[in-house]
This record gives sequence, structure tokens and C-alpha cells, in this order.
Amino acid sequence: MMASSYSAKDEDGHITVSGPGGGTLRNKKPENTAFKQQRLPAWQPILTAGTVLPAFFIIGLIFIPIGIGLYVTSNNIKEFEIDYTGDDTSSPCYNCAQNFSWNNTKSCTCIIPFQLDQPYESNVFMYYGLSNFYQNHRRYVKSRDDSQLNGNIDSLKKPSKECEPYASVDNKPIAPCGAIANSMFNDTLKLFYNDPNGTSVPILLTSTGIAWWTDKHVKFRNPGGNNANLTAVFQGTVKPVNWHRPVYELDTDPENNGFINEDFIVWMRTAALPTFRKLYRIIQKNNNMAPTLPRGNYTLVVDYNYPVRSFEGRKRMILSTISWMGGKNPFLGIAYITVGSVCFFLGVVLLVIHHKYGNRNNSANISN
Amino acid sequence: PDCSCVGEEIWVDSRTVYIGHKEPPPGAEAYIPQRYPDNRIVSSKYTFWNFIPKNLFEQFRRIANFYFLVIFLVQLIIDTPTSPVTSGLPLFFVITVTAIKQGYEDWLRHKADCSINECPVDVVQQGKVVRTQSHKLRVGDIVVVKEDETFPCDLILLSSSRPDGTCFVTTTSLDGESSHKTYYAIPDTMAFRTEQEVDSLHATIECEQPQPDLYKFVGRINIYKDKEEPVARPLGAENLLLRGATLKNTQHIHAVAVYTGMETKMALNYQSKSQKRSAVEKSMNAFLIVYLCILISKAVINTVLKYAWQWSPDRDEPWYNHRTEHERQRHVVIRAFTDFLAFMVLFNYIIPVSMYVTVEMQKFLGSYFISWDEEMFDEELGEGAQVNTSDLNEELGQVEYVFTDKTGTLTENNMEFIECCVDGNVYIPHAICNGQILSAASSIDMIDASPGGYRREYEDLFFRALCLCHTVQVKEEETVDGIKRGIHQGRPTSFYISSSPDEVALVEGMKRLGYTYLRLKDNYMEILNKDDEIERFELLHVLNFDSVRRRMSVIVKSSSGDYLLFCKGADSSIFPRVVSGKVEQVKARVEQNAVEGLRTLCVAYRRLSESEYQEACHHLMEAKLALQDREQRLAQAYDIIERDFVLLGATAVEDRLQEKAADTIESLHKAGMKVWVLTGDKMETAAATCYASKLFRRTTQILELTKKRTEEQSLHDVLFELNRTVLRQLCDALVFFIFFSLSVDCLDFGLIIDGATLSAVLKPNQEGAGHGNYREIFLEICRNCSAVLCCRMAPLQKAQIVKLIKASKEHPITLAIGDGANDVSMILEAHVGIGIMGKEGRQAARNSDYAIPKFKHLKKMLLVHGHYYYIRIAELVQYFFYKNVCFIFPQFLYQFFCGFSQQPLYDTAYLTLYNISFTSLPILLYSLVEQHVSMDTLKREPSLYRDIAKNSLLRWPVFLYWTCLGVFDAVVFFFGAYFLFDNTTFTSNGQMFGNWTFGTLIFTVLVFTVTLKLALDTHHWTWINHFVIWGSLLFYVIFSLLWGGIIWPFLNYQRMYYVFMQMLSSGPAWLSIILLITVSLLPDVIKKVLCRAMCPTATERAQVQCSLISVCMVACPCYMCSILLLPFSLHISLCLVSLGMFDMYFVVTVPASLINMLIK
Repeated sequence: MMASSYSAKDEDGHITVSGPGGGTLRNKKPENTAFKQQRLPAWQPILTAGTVLPAFFIIGLIFIPIGIGLYVTSNNIKEFEIDYTGDDTSSPCYNCAQNFSWNNTKSCTCIIPFQLDQPYESNVFMYYGLSNFYQNHRRYVKSRDDSQLNGNIDSLKKPSKECEPYASVDNKPIAPCGAIANSMFNDTLKLFYNDPNGTSVPILLTSTGIAWWTDKHVKFRNPGGNNANLTAVFQGTVKPVNWHRPVYELDTDPENNGFINEDFIVWMRTAALPTFRKLYRIIQKNNNMAPTLPRGNYTLVVDYNYPVRSFEGRKRMILSTISWMGGKNPFLGIAYITVGSVCFFLGVVLLVIHHKYGNRNNSANISN
Repeated sequence: PDCSCVGEEIWVDSRTVYIGHKEPPPGAEAYIPQRYPDNRIVSSKYTFWNFIPKNLFEQFRRIANFYFLVIFLVQLIIDTPTSPVTSGLPLFFVITVTAIKQGYEDWLRHKADCSINECPVDVVQQGKVVRTQSHKLRVGDIVVVKEDETFPCDLILLSSSRPDGTCFVTTTSLDGESSHKTYYAIPDTMAFRTEQEVDSLHATIECEQPQPDLYKFVGRINIYKDKEEPVARPLGAENLLLRGATLKNTQHIHAVAVYTGMETKMALNYQSKSQKRSAVEKSMNAFLIVYLCILISKAVINTVLKYAWQWSPDRDEPWYNHRTEHERQRHVVIRAFTDFLAFMVLFNYIIPVSMYVTVEMQKFLGSYFISWDEEMFDEELGEGAQVNTSDLNEELGQVEYVFTDKTGTLTENNMEFIECCVDGNVYIPHAICNGQILSAASSIDMIDASPGGYRREYEDLFFRALCLCHTVQVKEEETVDGIKRGIHQGRPTSFYISSSPDEVALVEGMKRLGYTYLRLKDNYMEILNKDDEIERFELLHVLNFDSVRRRMSVIVKSSSGDYLLFCKGADSSIFPRVVSGKVEQVKARVEQNAVEGLRTLCVAYRRLSESEYQEACHHLMEAKLALQDREQRLAQAYDIIERDFVLLGATAVEDRLQEKAADTIESLHKAGMKVWVLTGDKMETAAATCYASKLFRRTTQILELTKKRTEEQSLHDVLFELNRTVLRQLCDALVFFIFFSLSVDCLDFGLIIDGATLSAVLKPNQEGAGHGNYREIFLEICRNCSAVLCCRMAPLQKAQIVKLIKASKEHPITLAIGDGANDVSMILEAHVGIGIMGKEGRQAARNSDYAIPKFKHLKKMLLVHGHYYYIRIAELVQYFFYKNVCFIFPQFLYQFFCGFSQQPLYDTAYLTLYNISFTSLPILLYSLVEQHVSMDTLKREPSLYRDIAKNSLLRWPVFLYWTCLGVFDAVVFFFGAYFLFDNTTFTSNGQMFGNWTFGTLIFTVLVFTVTLKLALDTHHWTWINHFVIWGSLLFYVIFSLLWGGIIWPFLNYQRMYYVFMQMLSSGPAWLSIILLITVSLLPDVIKKVLCRAMCPTATERAQVQCSLISVCMVACPCYMCSILLLPFSLHISLCLVSLGMFDMYFVVTVPASLINMLIK
């Protein structure tokens, strides 16, 4: 700063040497522009009780109906949740939970009967829920290699360092690498409807459309394109240690196999909170007349592979219908109603204040 | 015997210059060739090679940069939640931009240096003029300088083309004074005409080592003539031509270089600068420390909780989430420390690097508004306000005490001779005769002689004294278009120039009384007396004026051979030295004039006998030749010579008040400032000025604390009595005020104190008991006085007073304003120093923080600019802390839900760009253009200034409010999103969102809330505000769409891919964004409305009044519409331009991420 003023002085000196002083003086006069004189035209709003009042009433009037709408919508959603962790002895999955061992090659099956009191119209979404599972742990979240999942051959052979300690086994790269992939949820859930006449009808569970479209089609890609022979492509890699099958055997459908398996993609989107649910299957509404899931007795058949007892976790299966605002969540509706009422109430308070103090202000102005 | 000793001493801090590099004759002195720097001016800081290391070093010396460097290094070394890019990139950006700016400036300086250094210069070598380049000049070279050329280095004048050995110089580029100053050659060399003659000179110059004071030079020239003892002559500042000054009205000169290159006074002068810090900066640093503590405690809390939580191994390492072997082997203490550092890194954004950049930019850009202000432009001077430092802008809004100089600041410093009193008779020159102004030439008899009109010796002496005792120069009319103006009047007209306007007024007054000072020629002063006869006096010595002695003298030899010493000076410095003359009458007249507000000077003389003269000469020469303590010796010599005077009379000069001075002072009073006038003038004169400028009103009760009073009573008694008076009156007034609600006019006190009493008050008490007591009592009295007048002040005392008030227990913010060299000390001492571009040179303006042309501009400077700058920067600082609390606190809360694993809530790009581009421009613009009240209202109602007094917008409660608001908002963001995400889905296709959507949702609410909060605070919506606020929101959306819209090939993660778009496709996300924004803004709106309704401040009342008057309210809907209807594409493109400064980020992001990849 001082050095620059120094040179400025120097230059000034040269100007006075070369030319008459009068010329330089004229130029010093500041320009009379609105910006430079800080006189730009401006809108000057003031937040007074008078101006804010209508806003409060309007907010109240808009928020309360929205809230009521949301609340009603949320209440109309049907949701059924069943915990199959198998912690207490009465639970059908108790044995499976107790006898769990990583070395079991044969999966343990447990059968959970349940009853739906109401028919579920329209599409029903089937979720699995985990509790106390820290998918948002930093070490866990970053333990993946997105370029490997995007089909990059180099990353397939040499997974990113972030995947440690799930990057390689015996110097063979793991595909898909990382803690997230390694801990993929592998319980199999099947639903049966127990007809009143005694037969057990399996319910068709759709396993596509559960992942984001962009994830399935852009972010996740099998190495060597989606049409190649996956077994050949994954040659030289090993499956994640906790998996029973390699990645190229996740599904028989080539459109849903390998990295673009939707169950896998869903799992790879790490949840925000330690209690979370993930979309497992969709039960499509098949004909217009009958409800998708009529009221009655059902059986949930679980291939129990996923251990949660060690970290005191819980496993749940959730059936839910969906509205335009998603699943059952009364929070938003209640919040809207509360905020709307508060605003309305404040509007009334402000109205009183405005009447009481507004006049005093004005008189004070006049006396001033 | 003493000689060697002295010589030794000289050797240490003086230099010997061999003129023309000629060795002195053997035996005289040993020739010691000395090495001095060449005349290369290096104003550049860097060279090509050291630029990068030196610049980096300088930048990292700043604490903020260093902090971010440390964070960056921590991120590089350990495994931290955020990549080094997040802090490295902003740091890199700031450092690069600063480096580029400094590099560019330095390149300009290099260029300027080059052109200066290669400037051609004429040097005398072997009797011939040789043209060389400026930088090749060396100490001892003899230089030829022609008219209108600038001096290439500091030179000692040897001879000039003018026969009297003088030359004229302007120092405009050095100190801004445009008057021509005369410099003298020493008599022994002034006769040299040709180069050969000059070259034949055989001499050495001994002078002090270079020092920056422009007006001081001590030296001695030793001239060797064939085998004789060398002749020694004194050299002073009047012989030294400074680099940067320009030769005028002189064809050419010969001079010898004594200081070259970086040792010239000009170069030395631009290296020191006062370091003042504003109150805002201090509170900002205090807030920073609080936030640093918050940061550290957050990190500590989280670390402790993390290890408590991780106690069970199933939580620490569940089967799905193992550590690497390498990590497991690390000692737990190291791990804990690493975790602590990682938390620090995660939360480090709470202290944003961009705040420093923004504050600095705000100060730098904002200060332009002062220099652009047309109302502070003075047509007469042709200059506007000038900002020397932008660090103190906001301090202008915090001033509590104003210390002002009187002459030239409150008054015009445009002197007019009113009357003179010779030996008790009063003479008044009539400028107006029969209603017509007579020109000086045609009016002959203008003396209105008092009774009798007898002329006596005293009268003659008096007029001669005034004609001779001065340092005025006569300047002939400059040639314009080849025709000498004035010649056609018969005789050449001329005008007087002097550094002191009093002297010009006196000499002109004498001219009107019939005695015209013609010129100084060959040391003879010529006077045209009343009878049109030319009288010639030989000027022997000038005993220059100084502000300590407060007088000046000349010793002249009249044509009759008498030696006369004429002296003029302040009455206090003359009367004690007078032995005869009509002291009483003159004293009475002087006092009467002083009461009328006129400036008085007394004139005295002394006839010297031949021997007395010789003695005086001896004293003077001795003192002048001294190299050590010359000042002091001179003062002693003057003291010896200036005594036993015969009083001749006194003069009175009027100094008119500056335009609108009274109005300005009144406004300052109303704004709650205390105005003190500090002057060297007499009490009566000063008091009269104070009354005229409304500093004292008729109702003001004046308390006097002067020498006269303390002579009667002891200082102790006077002080206590005054204190009692003040306190009693205060109580009375208070009672009155409470019971009858009377006006508080009776509370008005004014204090007058003089320099002598002041030093007695400030002197540490010998008795010990009352030590410091007087000081306290004095301060107590002053605190209760609305106006204080300090008269008879020495320059240093002015600074002392300022210091005293500064150090008093309230630590008020002080402002000093002055125009002269005697005000510099107080300008430097006060929190804010303002210089007036006055007639007494530019020293005050140069040393000040701000310079204004006139006193009246102070009003706008403080009441408008100061007020604006203060509220702007206060909001800037508070808002910055607020928005970073909002930003980081959710991240802190998130740790409780992610196992204290330092998982960041937001994506790296958001972390990095939040402070840099999403939320930076609106606040920067706000801090540049916000006007909460219109300019005219601020000027009309100075009392609004009280609303921001005492740093009111940055006090702890306000800071706490903002922080709490930030925490509240953060809690709303986080838990709002938390409950929305709580174990449910909120898309219509049943798909789930992950943690990055969670963060993005919070971040979106955050950016909107924080920006809208600023919008709520904005009172002045110009089109730029609309543009920037809506533009940066739009920018955020566009950026997010872009950032999530592509698989970025250079990133090793794709976590943001389509996250933002998926979020926007969900209805509940929209609804919750709207809800959360509303909820977060609600408390602030309610607080604002309630405060305004219940207990409105003066400012808020003024705002309401303003809006009632203005038609803006009617126009606003249309205005809004037009803004919103701006073509969308135009908006985007303009938006990107407006964010242009940050666009660099996009350019930078690519390589930085590549680097990041390489690091990994």
C-alpha cells in the first residue's frame, strides 16, 4: 500500500513536470453519477407491524390448509411393519438369529405369519428396515470406488485405496470393493397370501424400478458394457468376503445383474441416519377391481442371512402404500398446521400491538 | 584536543562528500572513499527471483492466512473428513489473487522505477557536461538541472543562473505545497557560472546521515583554497534541493549530490506509516477468539463423546465396517489426537477465510465513495476528499471527541490586515473610499492617524519593522502567452508568497499604509516608502519563526549603517522581553483586539551596537555550524540575541470563520460529540472564535482554568471548585429536568484551559498524595463540558491532550482535525486523523488518515459516511459469524447421528463454495451500498449518530443475539430435515434418499435462509441489490443442477450425481424447504417488528418518517415487477458476470482436483 502510494507520488511529480497543472486539477472532480454519489434509486421497505401483518395472515391462511391436506394424506396411507430380528424366544426367527454363523453355506429360513386388517389398494411398496446400522459412518460412506462401479476396467483391477480394508483378498481385487458393498443386505423376503380356502398364493414381487433411474443407467455400469459376458469380465476379481455369490450371479436377468443389480444399487446409496429403510420390492397392482393386497392372513418367508445382533440392530419388513407426498409421515402436516397457527396468532398479536403503539409512534414523530 | 573527539563523533553518524570526487589536499583530512548506494530508485518490493518465496512469506505472516495454511496442512497429512481442496482452494484463490495483484503492482513499480532510473541527467565531468542516466549518479557528482526539471537526487545548491545565487523550487509532488520556495547557494560558490568554474571547486561536504524529515538538514561545507585553511560554511535545509521537487523560474543550477537513491529524503519518507486499528476490528478479533473457543470446545466435546460412544467394540468396529490393519495398530492417544484434528478441520469453516477478504474488499472499495463524493469537492482548491487509509472507515461513525485546530481549520486562514497600533495610536487602513474600492497603487494617504497624526521615530521604525521582518517572497507575474501581465499598467505588479498567511496579510497591509516591500536583491531588502523613495537594508540574519519561541526576528543594516534587530511575535513571547515602550497602551489594545477575535502580533526592535552585532553573529554562526544538537544551540543563540526590546506596537489581523463552520459544530454537538478546540492562539481570540462558531453559546457557562486564575488561587483549589460547580449544577439540572421537564440548556458548560495550566495539571504531582488526582478531576470536569477550548498550546501538548482523553476510563474514540504542521502530532495520535488541505502546506493532509478540503466537509464525513460505514461493517461482521454458525452447527449436530465419525453433512463443493460464492456477494454488496436511512435525513438529523455510538451494533448482547439466531436456525434446518427423513420415504415412486440428499436439503434451506435474512435486513434495494441477491440464489440452483448433472470425470466420487434434481422432484422436499425457511426467518422478523413497535430507536423513527414522505412505496410493486420480468437469460448471463470474480473457481476447480487426484 505504501509502496504504491510512493509510485503514485512519483508519477504525479512527472505529470507536473510535463504539463500545466491546471489540466490535472480539472480531472480530479468526481463524476456526478448516481452510483458514485450513492444516490441510486432504491426501494426502501421497512418491516413494521403494519406491513408484516398481512404477510402473517397470508402465511397462516396458506399454511393451515396445506398442513391439513398433508396430514390427511399421510393418515390415509396404509403402512404395515413387522420386526423379524428374532431377539426374543417367541419370535419365529429366534433360532436363525441365534445359530447365525458366517460359515453357514445353507441359509436359515424362518416363516412369519401376519395379518392385514385393511386391504391395500394401488401399488404396495415393500421395504426392509435396519436400525442402529451406521451406514453414515465416515469410514463406511467413503469405502467405495465409484469409478469401479461405473465400469472402469482399471479400477476393477485396481480398486481405490478408499476401499481398504475391503479392497483385495490375497492380492486379488474385490469387485465390488469397499465396506458398503461388502455389507450388502442379503436376506431374501418372500410374501405369501393365505387364501381363506387354505392355499398359499405367492405374491409377485417386482425387483426393478426400485433404484434411481439415473443410478441404474448412468452412474452404475458393468465393465465392458452391459451386454458383455459378465463372468468373463469379472475374471481375476474375487467376490466381497461376506457375499455368498459373486457379483455376476446376483440375478439371472442380464439387465439386472452385476453392478446394475437394483438391490445392489439401492444398498449403495448410503442412508442419512442410523435407522433407515430401503426399498426392497414393489407389488404392482394387477387388475383394477381387486385390491393389491386384500385383507387377510399372509406369510413372510425370510432367508435369514444378515446378522444384526452383534451391534444390537433390528430388522424390519415394511409394507406401505405411497401418495404424491411419499410414505406415512405426519410430521410435515403437523408442522405446517403449527407454523400456520403460530403465524395467525402472531398476526393477531401484532394487530393489537399495531393499534396500541402505532398511534403513539406517529404522535411521537409529530412531536419530534 | 577536543577536535579528535568531535571528529570521532562526526564520523559515526555523518558522511563526508567529496565534491566532484576530488580528494582533499593532503594533510587536511584523510581521504576515505565511501561507498553509497547509486541513484537507483527501487520502489519495487520483489525481483523476478524472490517474488514467489517473499510474497508467500509476507502473505502467510497474516494470521488468517496462516490459520488456513495450518488447516490445509492438517488435511494433507492426516485422514480428515473433507478433502484438502475445501480449504486449499479458497486459500489458493486468495493467495493467488493477492499475489497477482501485488505482482502486477510491483511490475508497474518496476516499470516506473525503470523510467525514472533511465531518465537523462547532465553531470559535470572534467569541466564538461556529460549526459548520463539517472541511476548512474553517485554521491559527489556535480549535476546541472535546467528549469522545470525535477531534481534526480538530494542536492546541495552550488550556484544558480540567478545572480543572487538563489533558485526557486516547488515541492508539489513532495508535500503538495505549490508555492515557490527559495533555496540559497553558499556565497563562496554562488558566483560560479561555467562548468569549468564549477569543476575547479575543491571542497568537501560533511553532513548528517540521511533522515526522513523533509525540513531538516544539517551540514557543513569545507572549501579548500590553495594551501590555506579550509573555509567552513554552514549548510541547512535552505541549501538542500530535494529529489522530487521541481526547479522553477531559474534557468539552470549546479548542485552536488549528497543523498542518492533510496537514501533520498523522498524515498525515506514513504516508508513509515502509522498502524491504527479501528474499534470494529478489535471487536471482530474478540468475536473471532470466541468462535475459536467454540470451535475448539466443539472438537473436544465430539472427541470425548466419540470415545465414550465407541467404548464397546461392536460400535467401534461392527462387522460391516472394519478399520484397516494399519489404523488398528495406531496408538489410541494418537488416534484421539487425529480425531480431534479431524473435528477441527470439519468445523473450521466457522472462521471463514472469506470474511477477511470481504472485510478488506469492503474497506478498500467502500473508501472510494469518500473520494467520489461530489459534495466534498472543493472547486476553489480543485480537490475532493482523499483517503489515505481505508482501515478506519467505520471509525468515522464512532467518534466521541473531536479535537480541532482553530487557525485554518475553523477559520479560513485567509488573513486580512485590520489595524495596527503604534505606540498607543491606532492606524486603520481604509480600503473603501467613497464606496469604491481603490487599488493599492492609486491610494496614497490611507493612514487615519489618531490625534495629531504626528510622525515619530517609532512610527517609521514600526512600518519598517513590518516591511523587513518576514520571510515573504515577491513573485513577479508569470508570463502568459509571452506577454507580461501587469506591464501595461506602467509598472510590473507583483504578489507576495509566504508559507504564513499572516505575513502576507501584514506586508500587504503595509503596502496599503504606504510602505511597499519591493524585493530582496543581493541580500538587500528594498522598500518603497511613503514618499516614493526606495530604502535599502542589508539583510544580515533571519532568526526564523518556530512554534515554540512563537516569534521571529531579522537583523538588518540600514543605509545609515545602524544595526537593527526587528522582532515580531505573539504578545506572550514579546512582552517579557520588552524593556521600554508604551507597554500598557499596547497591551490594552492587543487584549481588546483579541476579544474581537482578531489575531494580534507585537512588534519590537532593538538597536545593536557593532560589538553586540559581532557577538550575535558569533553565536549564530557557532550554532549554525554545529552538527550536533543544532536545533537546541540555535534556540539558545536566539534566546541570547532576542532580548532588551523596545516595544513598537501591535498589529491585528482578521481570520474569518470558514463557511458553515458554526453549522458543522452545531451538528457535531447534536450528534453527541464533544468538540475541543486546541489552538496556539491567545485565549481571548480563541474564545471569540468559539463564540462565533457556536462552540460556546450565550447560555454556556464558561469555566476558566487559566494561568491568571491559578496565580490567584492554587491549582488544587481551582480544580476542586470547578468540579463542585459542575456537579452541583448537574444535580440541579437533573432535578429540574425530572420535575418540570425543562429543557436541558442549563446543563451546558464550556471550559477554557491554557497550555501552562494544562502542563501543571498533567505534571505528576511532587507531593505524592495527589498524584494522578488532578488528572482525574480534570477529566471529570471535561466529561461534563460540552465544549472545551485549549489555548496557548504547543504542538506536542495537543497530542498530549488527545492521549489523555484516549486513555481515560471510557476509552472514547477520538478524532483530530487540523491543517498545519503543528497539528500532525495530534493527527497521528488520535484514533482518526483528518487533515485539511490548507494554506499552511500539506503536512497535515499527508500524515492524516483522511484529508478533506474544508472543515464543513467533516459533517458529511462523520454523519453520513461514518454512519454508513459503521452500520455496513457491523452488519457484515455479525452476518458473517451468523451464516457460519448456520452452516457448521448442523454438521456438529449430525455427528451425534453418525457415530461421531466426522462424516461431513455437505458435499465438498458446497463446503468450499458456501462462503466463497453462494453467500459472499450479497453481503459484500450490502456492505457497500446499504443505506438504512437516506443521506439527507442523516444530515438533517445529526442525533441519529447517537444511535450507533459506543460500538452499539457490535456489543456482546447483539453478538449473542446473532449467534443464538444462528444456532436456532441451524437446529431448525437439521431437525426439520431429520424428522422429514425419519424412517420414511418422501418420493412418489417409493425410492429412498441417502445421506447426500439429506445434506443437500439442509444446505438448500441454509443458502436460502441466510440470503433471505440479508434481504430482510436490506433497507435500500437498488437494482444491484436485487440483481445480486436473486442472482446468487439462482447461481446456487444452477450450480447445483450442473454439479449433479454430469458424471465429473476428474472426481473420484460421484456422490452428488442427480441428488439435487431427485430432491427437487419430490413434493415434500419443496414443502419442507419452504416451511423451514419460514420458520427460521420468523423469530428475526418478530423481533424486528416488536422492537420497532415497542421501543423504536431514533433511526427507526426516521426510517418511518422517510417512507411516509417518499413515494417509493407506491412505486415499489411496479419496480419489483420490472425486476422479475427481466428476461431470464439476461439475468443468468449478467449473474454470471456479477459472479465473475468467483468464476475463477470453475477454472481453478479442474486443475485443483487433478492435483488432488495426484495427491491421492
